[in-house]
Amino acid sequence: MSDIAASPPAAGEGRKTSLLRETDRVRKRNAAERRFELYGMAAVGIGLLALAFLLLSILGNGLSSFRQTFVDVPVALDPVAIEEAEASVVKTSRYRDIIEGAFVSALEARGLLEGIDPEEAAGIISEEAPAQFRDYVRANPEAVGRPGEFTFLVNGRIDGFFKGRVTFESAELDGNVTPAQLRLAERLAGAGLIDTRFNWAFFTAPDASGQRPEAAGLGVAILGSAYMMLVVLFLALPIGVAASIYLEEFAPRNRFTDIIEVNISNLAAVPSIVFGILGLAIFINFAGLPQSAPIVGGLVLTLMTLPTIIIATRSALKAVPPSIRDAALGVGASKLQSVFHHVLPLAAPGILTGTILGLAQALGETAPLLLIGMVAFVGEYPDAPPEGLFDPATALPVQVYNWTQKADPAFVERASGAIIVLLAFLVVMNAIAILLRRRFERRW
Amino acid sequence: MNDMRITERAVDLSETKISARNVQVFYGDTHAIKDVSVDIADKTVTAFIGPSGCGKSTFLRCINRMNDTIDTARVTGDILIDGEDIYDRRVDPVQLRAKVGMVFQKPNPFPKSIYDNVAYGPRIHGLARNKVELDEIVERSLRRGAIWDEVKDRLDAPGTGLSGGQQQRLCIARAVATEPEILLMDEPCSALDPIATAQVEELIDELRRNYSVVIVTHSMQQAARVSQKTAFFHLGHLVEYGETGQIFTTPRDPRTESYITGRIG
Amino acid sequence: MTDMQDQHIASAYDRDLEAIQALIMKMGGLVEDAITNAARALETRDDEMAEAVRRGDAAVDRLEEQINEEVARVIALRAPTARDLRVVLSVLKISSNLERIGDYAKNLAKRASVLTQMQPVGDSASTLRRMAQQVRAMLKDALDAYVQRDEALALDVRDRDVEVDQMYNNIFRAFITHMMEDPRNITACMHLHFIAKNTERMGDHVTSIADQVVYLTTGSMPDESRQKKDRTPFETHGAVR
Repeated sequence: MSDIAASPPAAGEGRKTSLLRETDRVRKRNAAERRFELYGMAAVGIGLLALAFLLLSILGNGLSSFRQTFVDVPVALDPVAIEEAEASVVKTSRYRDIIEGAFVSALEARGLLEGIDPEEAAGIISEEAPAQFRDYVRANPEAVGRPGEFTFLVNGRIDGFFKGRVTFESAELDGNVTPAQLRLAERLAGAGLIDTRFNWAFFTAPDASGQRPEAAGLGVAILGSAYMMLVVLFLALPIGVAASIYLEEFAPRNRFTDIIEVNISNLAAVPSIVFGILGLAIFINFAGLPQSAPIVGGLVLTLMTLPTIIIATRSALKAVPPSIRDAALGVGASKLQSVFHHVLPLAAPGILTGTILGLAQALGETAPLLLIGMVAFVGEYPDAPPEGLFDPATALPVQVYNWTQKADPAFVERASGAIIVLLAFLVVMNAIAILLRRRFERRW
Repeated sequence: MNDMRITERAVDLSETKISARNVQVFYGDTHAIKDVSVDIADKTVTAFIGPSGCGKSTFLRCINRMNDTIDTARVTGDILIDGEDIYDRRVDPVQLRAKVGMVFQKPNPFPKSIYDNVAYGPRIHGLARNKVELDEIVERSLRRGAIWDEVKDRLDAPGTGLSGGQQQRLCIARAVATEPEILLMDEPCSALDPIATAQVEELIDELRRNYSVVIVTHSMQQAARVSQKTAFFHLGHLVEYGETGQIFTTPRDPRTESYITGRIG
Repeated sequence: MTDMQDQHIASAYDRDLEAIQALIMKMGGLVEDAITNAARALETRDDEMAEAVRRGDAAVDRLEEQINEEVARVIALRAPTARDLRVVLSVLKISSNLERIGDYAKNLAKRASVLTQMQPVGDSASTLRRMAQQVRAMLKDALDAYVQRDEALALDVRDRDVEVDQMYNNIFRAFITHMMEDPRNITACMHLHFIAKNTERMGDHVTSIADQVVYLTTGSMPDESRQKKDRTPFETHGAVR
């Protein structure tokens, strides 16, 4: 002891090392650590980059769909012309004549019609306008005979012109629009007759045919998705929770329950299109439920979501400490009481989180819906539930799929817009899940 | 307290409350309790001591049939409480557990208010006809749990917000709220600091006036401090059972001696 | 006790207990020597030796104090139970017995010094030395019994105390005779009687040590079955009156 203290530090070099100097081994280890950190940061960076690219491209393509170009047209509601139109076979074409006449005379009055054929000028108004006009007349018969000011959608190409999608050069090659129309639109915009505003109809209107992309909306798809989510919520949640409680709290542990357990996990991994085939075979071909109906979509998605909910619920139940069950049993509660009074309330945030995540997954699911006919064009709103569950409807992801199939670039814009809506729903649902977990998470 | 115990030792006339005869417990293939016969007196604290895995907790859990909740557990032999076989077909374990309260190793209050923690048992057993009666039961139980003065102003506060010792006394109050006759305690102080332990031990000594208390403990000193009778379990056998003072001064079995003197048992 | 382990899990506990018992043995050795030397001083009328015995008692007292402290430590730190508790308790009692024996030896030496100034009274000094030798032998056996946890030897020691009592009774009668023969012997006889009485008390303390050995090995004190001594000292002697 004493001689160690007595010897100068240099003498103990063999054994003694300074803490101020890194040894080779430490240096190597630190380098490895730094390298690993870099790998991790690179991986995260790639992920973030992909996400940013996705968001940018979708937002870049889709944000414009939330705005739409409209044209103001004064139309006198001539009772004679309207009566004639109502009497004819193809009512919309007569209504169109009324609108076009009013539009052309309004342009003439303002002297904006030079250098363009009146027929061509009228072409900038959307195909949707006559239907819109007729709906107004039918809804307000007392307005007939008075002059009125209407705001109609413009043709999709003109809309595209204002959003930068259509240029004079592209119009030269396009059969659906002429440069003269674009110049007219420019003049009208200068006169304040054409402007671009927020497009509520995108959220409320039903889908529209290929000639009228400017009128297409997500109304039916949102409604259909909502109906399906209702079905999933009311079926998958109780069934899933009941199954989990039974498996976790009551079922004996034996080979049979082991098999069930493994199969539930397997079910969660089954490709969704298989569930679509199952739905087609059982619900439509065997049970005879209508095609394209939210009820069938809901049932298929229920089957798909069940394993997710069961797995989430079981892990939530497992996370409740056994001491709570012991405590309840110890004061003489029955098994059922201990589960429903103590275990389930403690597991509820976990169960709800799992359910919401399951719903979010179901909301974005496309493949099984294609198989059960929800891909059809649906121009009519379904009724209110429960009857509405059996009416044809589409769903958000299917609508996206549909619109991306169309040739008209205006539909590509709509599809991106629909994706934004879908993502917004998913974000909101996940946020609710996180909130619930934060709010109700209890420590014990 | 010490002289009290000397007098009580002299008049150890309490009658038998729990009587176990040839009890065997199996967990699957494991023979956890081997032919245990023991008479546990009323109004007495009986301590079960022994090394880990000796079966003392298992045997304790037989007395209120908590082992029923384990699928693989199998119990043979008879356990009589007041002469009635609790493993009889007609006995409902839920009813039994109201009569045989249990306090666990880790304080495990429900994540509810202090009031609801205590009121839960009486509620599910229908012991109170109205709110006033329930209030009385809660107050009485909290007083018996020696925690009333500390919590009377915050009965709505969560039970999980109390300190460890308070939580354990709350759990004891919860256990006595259902008017049991027997209190089983499974290492009730192992998660507590010495002061809280002393408070709980003092409480146990008081509970002896009304209940037959059976306590499993790892701490031999605790067994020595709180119990009148001590049973030493070893490898599933009940090695020795007797008056606590005798067990700790002149144990009859060499295994007991080895264990309590800190030689490997 | 075949399947009982001898070692504590905490080996420091074993070392503590061994250390205390070593102190007891050391104390016992000192006391044995004190008895022997005091008795020899008496017989050989060796004042110096008597003085040495008187001074030596301080070491015994210090040892007793040390043992008390060590025992208190072990009780506080280890909370001994069962056999360990009996070891600790018996150590405490044996040390106090040894201390008393040491005091008696010191007293014996003191009186031996006084007696050097007086006429010897018959062969009483050598009788007393034999008695002291007997007590010393008993003490040695009692301590051996303690070390070896030998219950039989301890019981034997208890039985041999009867002989010491017997010797005392004989000496008692002899002293009365001496005093009746010649009143000038009275002072010396009084001192010698106290020596005898103290030696007999030493024997009782040795018996008490043997009792502790029995308690230590069996957990209970021996039965009080030993037939109690001769009634001689308590009889009234007509001759005196």
